[in-house]
Amino acid sequence: MSAEPTTFKREMLSTLPSLRAFAVSLTGKHDKADDLVQDTVMKAWAKQSSFEMGTNIKAWLFTILRNEFYSQMRKRGREVQDSDGTFTERLSVHPSQYGAMDMQDFKKALGQLPDDQREAVILIGASGFSYEEAAEICDCAVGTMKSRVSRARTRLQDILKISGEADYGPDAVSTQVTTSNHSF
Amino acid sequence: MTQQRVRTQTGPADDGLGPNTDIGARLRALYGAVQDEGVPAQLLDLLEKLDSAEEAQSARQSNSSRGEE
Repeated sequence: MSAEPTTFKREMLSTLPSLRAFAVSLTGKHDKADDLVQDTVMKAWAKQSSFEMGTNIKAWLFTILRNEFYSQMRKRGREVQDSDGTFTERLSVHPSQYGAMDMQDFKKALGQLPDDQREAVILIGASGFSYEEAAEICDCAVGTMKSRVSRARTRLQDILKISGEADYGPDAVSTQVTTSNHSF
Repeated sequence: MTQQRVRTQTGPADDGLGPNTDIGARLRALYGAVQDEGVPAQLLDLLEKLDSAEEAQSARQSNSSRGEE
């Protein structure tokens, strides 16, 4: 046994908030995200002997979580497609530097991205991974990761520019919400 | 596949997602809002249980003979 339990636990603990935020970004829902993180913690705990202390536990945990998410998706089919328009109220702490409407638009825009682009832009732009780490987490080439991020950014800029002030009505919001479930 | 050894070289991405860009800042604001919610108690409990189960097991193993489960 090379891994020491207490250190492993401590490192895991320090990663949980970020891991959970990533889970929310994948599932779009806090309850599902928490289940996913829980499954991930158990998986990771069972595999801890395969983890080398001193290497990047955050990337390792994100990889496990992501694999778990997609394998559950495959097993359960498209259950994730059910719509719930609760993105905003689920954020108990609202990002204070932006207006509610502004963040609502941003979440909608994120939700319109293809899954691979959304996860790329979140891993790089928010989780703080390098392209190399993100590529490893998503099991793709570094170049692929870069192009996903770049396409995601361009797409987000386009959407946000287009949606402008016109989009503020409740109708616009509800139509968007039913088509996009995968953001925060 | 290369392992994660290059990680210090790149740092935060500068691909239009840096601290002063709209998209980067909004992404981090959203993500940060979830992070700031804290970790649910059930998850912390789970970790505690896993940890104490393991400690109990290794204590048992060092007390009795090895190879028995």
